Amino acid sequence: MAVRQTELRPLGKSVGRKEDPRFIRGKGRYLDDISLPGMLYMCLVRSPYAHARIKSIDTSAALQAPGVKLVITGEDLAAMNLAWMPTMANDQQMVLATGKVLFQYQEVAAVIAETREQAEDAAQLVYVEYEPLPVVVDPFKALESDAPILREDREQKSNLIFHWEAGDKEATEELFRNAPVVVKQDVRFPRVHPSPLEPCGCIADYNSATGKLTWYVTSQAPHAHRTVLSLVSGLPEHQIRVISPDVGGGFGNKVPVYPGYVCAIVASLKLGKPVKWIETRTENTTSTGFARDYHMTAEIAAEEDGRVLALRVKTIADHGAFDAAADPSKFPAGLFSIVTGSYDFKEAFVEVDGVYTNKAPGGVAYRCSFRVTEAAYLIERVMDVLARRVGVDPAELRRRNFIRKEQFPYKSPTGWTYDSGDYEKTLALALEKIGYEQLRKEQAEKRARGELMGIGISTFTEVVGAGPSHTFDIMGIKMFDSAQIRVHPTGKVIARLGVRHQGQGHETTFAQIIAEELGLSTDDVIVEEGDTDTAPYGLGTYASRSTPTAGGAAALCARRIREKAKKIAAHLLEVGEDDVVFDGVGFSAKGLASRTVTMKDIAFAAYTNVPEGMEPGLEATYYYDPPNLTFPHGAYIAVVDIDKGTGAVKVRRFLAVDDCGTVINPMIVEGQVHGGLTEGFAIAFMQDIPFDEDGNCLATNWMDYLVPTALDTPKWETDRTVTPSPHHPIGAKGVGESPNVGSPAAFVNAVVDALAPLGVEHIDMPIYPWKVWKILREHGVTE
Amino acid sequence: MKIRVRVNGQTYESDVEPRKLLVYYLRDDLGLTGTHVGCDTTSCGACTVLLDGKAVKSCTVLAVQANGCDVMTVEGLERDGQLHPLQTAFWEEHGLQCGYCTPGMLMSGYALLQTNPHPSEEEIRRGISGNLCRCTGYMNIVKAIRSAAVKLADASAEPSKEVAASGSSSD
Ligand code: FES
Ligand code: FES
Repeated sequence: MAVRQTELRPLGKSVGRKEDPRFIRGKGRYLDDISLPGMLYMCLVRSPYAHARIKSIDTSAALQAPGVKLVITGEDLAAMNLAWMPTMANDQQMVLATGKVLFQYQEVAAVIAETREQAEDAAQLVYVEYEPLPVVVDPFKALESDAPILREDREQKSNLIFHWEAGDKEATEELFRNAPVVVKQDVRFPRVHPSPLEPCGCIADYNSATGKLTWYVTSQAPHAHRTVLSLVSGLPEHQIRVISPDVGGGFGNKVPVYPGYVCAIVASLKLGKPVKWIETRTENTTSTGFARDYHMTAEIAAEEDGRVLALRVKTIADHGAFDAAADPSKFPAGLFSIVTGSYDFKEAFVEVDGVYTNKAPGGVAYRCSFRVTEAAYLIERVMDVLARRVGVDPAELRRRNFIRKEQFPYKSPTGWTYDSGDYEKTLALALEKIGYEQLRKEQAEKRARGELMGIGISTFTEVVGAGPSHTFDIMGIKMFDSAQIRVHPTGKVIARLGVRHQGQGHETTFAQIIAEELGLSTDDVIVEEGDTDTAPYGLGTYASRSTPTAGGAAALCARRIREKAKKIAAHLLEVGEDDVVFDGVGFSAKGLASRTVTMKDIAFAAYTNVPEGMEPGLEATYYYDPPNLTFPHGAYIAVVDIDKGTGAVKVRRFLAVDDCGTVINPMIVEGQVHGGLTEGFAIAFMQDIPFDEDGNCLATNWMDYLVPTALDTPKWETDRTVTPSPHHPIGAKGVGESPNVGSPAAFVNAVVDALAPLGVEHIDMPIYPWKVWKILREHGVTE
Repeated sequence: MKIRVRVNGQTYESDVEPRKLLVYYLRDDLGLTGTHVGCDTTSCGACTVLLDGKAVKSCTVLAVQANGCDVMTVEGLERDGQLHPLQTAFWEEHGLQCGYCTPGMLMSGYALLQTNPHPSEEEIRRGISGNLCRCTGYMNIVKAIRSAAVKLADASAEPSKEVAASGSSSD
């Protein structure tokens, strides 16, 4: 349960969230809650075909409809040189289709009317004549030489977007040639969708008198969005104000720039009025921000006792019609090359081919650092395949192969330097807490009776905190982050950060960091984010980067203020600066604890009584460029029972032991873990976005794209170890995505373990009951 | 069409299009934006309100169907500046993250406690199974509803009228 905000030294305490009072009163201010005078409403016309030539578009009937102010087509945008926009992955994407459409539900026209209903009605009256073209949905077929070329705008006439490699090919081959044991497994990570509860949307408000565009948007990265906008529109950046109000969940879905955003802006520029566009759930599910869709093959070369030597990975990544993945420029497949995970491989070689298909643009980092989820799932799955092959218990196999704690900082064969970790300790705690030995005994007894019980382990390593400017940029923009702190005369603080939360509790955790550094309570600190006119430049909140980057900035910014405060304290205490000590609550003269001044005294003095020659005021800005990424890790264990009659999997227990370094607010960390585990559970057991041969999307809303309810969701058990990051100012590593990254493998490993007596080595997600039921029938298992 | 609706104790007379959904009437016409829209298929429950005391998804009710009815939204939970114990419990137990599902969860939780003041964990999970949350993993929401039930029971055991009133229905 939460503790009060008024406590001093708040770091590490479960301080009650500062953001909650408005939400529990229904006083949050989400995008659709904002209404501006004279505001118009936009609705998009979307393609029913996955691949078709557009023969003609007739907008005349729509223009005649009641309340309609404007209809925009791709041709209109082309006349303004806005038919295409850059994506965050250095590709380009059609804003409204010109010439042809490339996926079902692609944006074809925009209708702007006085009300939501009028815009929707008129959108039905836009007549588009299509000529269907051959459709490519299978990324393997897309690479065949006779496949239709989807992207005629590209110089390269093939459906290959990129080929990317990491690691040492020769050295890896060499180890494979001589290895006593080699295992190989094909693994698919299905196409899934982040599906935040609030869909995406925006209000564009262009003021023709001042030339200023105010853009309210559901954005995880308002500054980056403003820069993209400026580059696309030619409007200078200081004339654009991006405001991201309360955001109802993001999970990566609110990182890209979507065509609807650009259309709303164009409409506002043309009409001189505010224009609102909010997606429906169906639009969100079918057209914005898919994730995963990786077809992977992994091979491990190992000794007979299971000690690993080398890893070889080949992957086909289906990115849909446009490469709209938000990946750091240097990593076309994101951080997938962390695929060696927690294990000390001598060598590794990873290849990824990115491919265009007739599907909505994909590849967002869904609660994930740029494809680390796929990597973690793959290695954790294949380690189990190896364990079975060499006949070693999966926990023991992991222990044998862990990077040992004295090896940190550890350089991985694909080029990453892990900061710190203690994998053995974390696994040991997890095994003990779940009662592993006992469970294995129980399993043996059940097996003897013909019952199906499985235990799955995942000891994953995460990589978060993008990122250090030497390695990380998006479209050239370096990925450091920022904080600005202003202490007012009465000791009340406003802090502004370059990131933008969507439920992670920044208003509380960053207040805790700052309060701790300044000797105040969190009550004294207000944290503001999301307004580019007031917040310092930053790259936003995704990939668990906020605590490692902006959290570092907040701590160092506060320390900058403390430096000045110390000088003022010396002045007030009438001693030399070197004789002043800060004990976390106040400043006192060395050896004279009774002579203490608090930050509040100092704040007042900063505006009334500074030492001669000192600039008055007490504020600072800090841009923090982290020296390295941070590497949280965890040991997760799932225990499942399978019903032989129905194939239903019951998750009896799930334990997550996480190590995210220094914990700022245990309650919030635990909440993040619960949420991430629920998303991981959904991916393992219920979610997939399938397409038929014609490219029809078969999961278009929450009736057929399943989101778990309170009844479906298992109970979560959590615990933690703490291995601080040696290079982060407070030792924190970030946690938000760990449970989503680490859990799918634990679930799948548990199910495969349960079915192992039947000879099952692997099952692709999602593990629907009918999938298991079919396997059971194939093996003659009936109730 | 003309309708007359009592929302959170206040009566409104409005002229609405017959096709207008209750949720948009509450949000756009009355400015009560606490009730949210999360889907188009009656799946998520972000729009849950009480209609004559029963929890309904207001995206699946026409405004005209609410004619002559009593509606309670999340804004009606607080009384005289006092948060309802259910609201406090969500805060204390960390039953929310982004807060988007929260108003719907609170209304479903409220409706559950009206009919079943001492729900088991299983009953709470069933009671909110029409409400999706993408952030919390549900455990803390369940905890919050449980803790509110205990608080309300304690409060009604005491003779204090004021507290008892804040736990009763909107009338
Ligand atoms: S908006 Fe009503 S159930 Fe989703
Ligand atoms: S708190 Fe975000 S959806 Fe429930």
